[in-house]
Amino acid sequence: MKLTQGKINELLSESACEHNHKKEGKGKNKSCTQVAQPGAAQGGCAFDGAMIALVPITDAAHLVHGPIACAGNSWGSRGSQSSGSMLYKMGFTTDLSENDIIFGGEKKLYKAILEVKERYSPAAVFVYSTCVTALIGDDLDAVCQKASEKAGVPVVPVNSPGFIGSKNLGNRVGGESLLEYVVGSQEPEYTTPYDINLIGEYNIAGELWGVLPLFEKLGIRVLAQITGDGRYRDIACSHRAKLNVMICSKALINMARKMEERYGIPYVEESFYGVADMNRCLRNIAAKIGDRNLQERVEILIAEETAKLDEALAPYRARLKGKRVVLYTGGVKSWSIISAAKDLGMEVCATSTKKSTEEDKARIKELLGKDGIMLEKGNAQELLRVIAQTRADMLIAGGRNQYTALKAKIPFLDINQERHHPYAGYVGMVEMARELDEALHSPVWAQVRKPAPWATAEPGLAID
Amino acid sequence: MATIATRRKSVAVNPLKQSQPLGSALAFLGLKGMMPLFHGSQGCTAFAKVMLVRHFREAIPLSTTAMTEVSTVLGGEDNVEQAILTLVEKSKPEIIGLCTTGLTETRGDDMQGILQSIRKRHPELYDLPIVFVSTPDFKGALQDGFAATVESIVKELPRPGETRPNQITLLVSSAFAPGDVQAIKEMIADFGLTAIVVPDLSLSMDGHLDDNSGSVTSGGTTLAELREIGSSVYALVLGESMRGAAEALQKQFGIPYEVFPSLSNLDAIDSFIEGLADLSGLPVPEKYYRQRAQVQDAMLDTHFFFGRKQVSLALEPDLLWSTVHFLQSMGSEIQAAVTTTKSPLLEALPVESVTIGDLEDFEQLAAGSDLLIGNSHVASISRRLNTPLYRMGFPIFDRLGNGQRSTVGYRGMMQLLFDLGNLFLEQEESHAKH
Repeated sequence: MKLTQGKINELLSESACEHNHKKEGKGKNKSCTQVAQPGAAQGGCAFDGAMIALVPITDAAHLVHGPIACAGNSWGSRGSQSSGSMLYKMGFTTDLSENDIIFGGEKKLYKAILEVKERYSPAAVFVYSTCVTALIGDDLDAVCQKASEKAGVPVVPVNSPGFIGSKNLGNRVGGESLLEYVVGSQEPEYTTPYDINLIGEYNIAGELWGVLPLFEKLGIRVLAQITGDGRYRDIACSHRAKLNVMICSKALINMARKMEERYGIPYVEESFYGVADMNRCLRNIAAKIGDRNLQERVEILIAEETAKLDEALAPYRARLKGKRVVLYTGGVKSWSIISAAKDLGMEVCATSTKKSTEEDKARIKELLGKDGIMLEKGNAQELLRVIAQTRADMLIAGGRNQYTALKAKIPFLDINQERHHPYAGYVGMVEMARELDEALHSPVWAQVRKPAPWATAEPGLAID
Repeated sequence: MATIATRRKSVAVNPLKQSQPLGSALAFLGLKGMMPLFHGSQGCTAFAKVMLVRHFREAIPLSTTAMTEVSTVLGGEDNVEQAILTLVEKSKPEIIGLCTTGLTETRGDDMQGILQSIRKRHPELYDLPIVFVSTPDFKGALQDGFAATVESIVKELPRPGETRPNQITLLVSSAFAPGDVQAIKEMIADFGLTAIVVPDLSLSMDGHLDDNSGSVTSGGTTLAELREIGSSVYALVLGESMRGAAEALQKQFGIPYEVFPSLSNLDAIDSFIEGLADLSGLPVPEKYYRQRAQVQDAMLDTHFFFGRKQVSLALEPDLLWSTVHFLQSMGSEIQAAVTTTKSPLLEALPVESVTIGDLEDFEQLAAGSDLLIGNSHVASISRRLNTPLYRMGFPIFDRLGNGQRSTVGYRGMMQLLFDLGNLFLEQEESHAKH
């Protein structure tokens, strides 16, 4: 895939992304095209985004073509888990030196791909370009093609120099590479009317494993996981699915739309977080597959699971009821987690709408009620101000804001990709309730808020 | 004398090395009111920040000039300018640390020129020190970026002044953790000396609760202290990589120095304490007799478990040197030594060979060892080789307390003896059971 300005613009203005329509013709929404400002500190780059999207393909080698910073400072840090191959956890990089930059890195890359193939026999090699290799003009596509012919294994170029934009754009660049080189390149051994793909679920903390058993019980086959705990071959066969299920992410929407165009696979956008969403997800899948019998099975499963869940959640509900939370997370997760918190009897007094679409915002409004605060933009100070103003009991946010909360001595729950606990599906609700309870009721809060007794006592009064 | 092996291969597998800008940021974090600024694309900053946060479990101030494709082609001057102005407005830093990345070094931005013209356009920045370091990602490693940064700091900020007989300057390499710096400062204070520490991570990355809102470093060496370095009577230099900075101080202000490559074995600690006694003209405080007697006792108790053990290390040069000497002083043998970057220490290392390489090399060389020493990335190798791991270096993201641990001085060395000794002991016990 050649990375042209046209291609980047296409990814930025993805027509299926709600950011880009429902705008009544009033220009493009900034969310997709927005770039980091000099002097800011937030967020990864397009290279980071491409890695996030593709590294969960567990049986592939992910080779970074660039200087040491890009892989050396980041390898092995993704929370995505595997039920099989651990190859994706290894860091591979051409680790360019000054000489490579002067004379070009193509030869080194070619040899590197062959060495990786030779020593690690991957199902495929994904090769990521970076700012420096894009700048010196290495022809990634040509090298990958040549190396693939020589090595006899798929070598997929991912043109992802960090400077083209944000993490979100990088996700889509990753999706584009899958569309161009992987999807449709192999055929499954057999198909069933109940084959679906999951897109945009990365199996963080093993979340997927709380959900897959549900599909199994219903007789739904997940043909390809794109990309959490994914296998190269499955993704290569994913064009034979009957339905694409986009999970909690606008990141790979370009894949869902193009697979609909090319292979006639319809898609639904769902979430695995919270009881209401999990129920809706299963119902929508069954409705889309259009099998009356399956729909009946879904209703039975939901009844069983929610009854079990009610019992498991009862003790937590008692302890969490009425607790006030401020939520600071992006996109679909905003309303999705509000709904989960409400399920537990908690009150969400403010939430961010940073990466949310108009549709997300409407849903948030409905869920929050009239007193709820919608934070358009926020930094540490702003977050602390809102927490104080709403007398919130805790902050639920991404790891980036963890220390904002902890240093202010406010209970915190990590909801983003660095977390260690799976919150998806019905079992995930129990896990989340347990974590919320632990965070809120930890005995440390009273102790860390307590000033030293000698510091508060007035001099001379300490001794009676 | 060690031969230095560099593996001839085109791909680094499981890199041990991290980039120079990351090391630079780490050094900058030891200054008070500091905001480090990476001149590169936003990912350069994001990756470094995540690593530092995971290691220290602290909020880390770090910012980016957010270079885009267009600004890379046209030149980064506007981005540097806008970044500095935004930081001044929003974070109010007392000092900014600016370093380059692979991207901007490949492009070749004339940084000195850029900074000069920004200063010309913005006289309001007159009082704001901006320390610049060149740290291309495609050269060197974390330790080099850290060392280059300390060198830039001592070249730019100190002013000449009358020598103060009790004031010394302490230059500390990236091999020393915040807890180490704290321990060393206590030793110096015990001799009635005042030390200006560059950088002083023990005040910023030690993990403490305060009222700071966290947009710049809450502690570290202050600008006022950095200005006074010229008045120091002597420089104590910890880690060979700090020699360049020490020479710069000697050249500018005539400050003599001595390099201590390690403070984790008995001889090294003895000579450091002796040095402090010489400098201060004071006798060694009673407590060090006691601590020394304790560590000697610990050496006796633990030596059964260290003797003849085969240990493999994957560490940056300064830390490799100090750990190898510690192990050899206890009778252990070095099976494999892998490191990240060149250093004059490597050839002098009392082992057969040192490999500048990655963790793939390490895994091959270390098979059959009794103990592995390296960062958290070595954990999976430890599982595969079924060999215990003692975590050292950077990053350590699967252990708590990295802001506090200390392996220097008699007490730190004693802790190291017990920690490693217990690993060996546990291993022998489990073998005995089978």
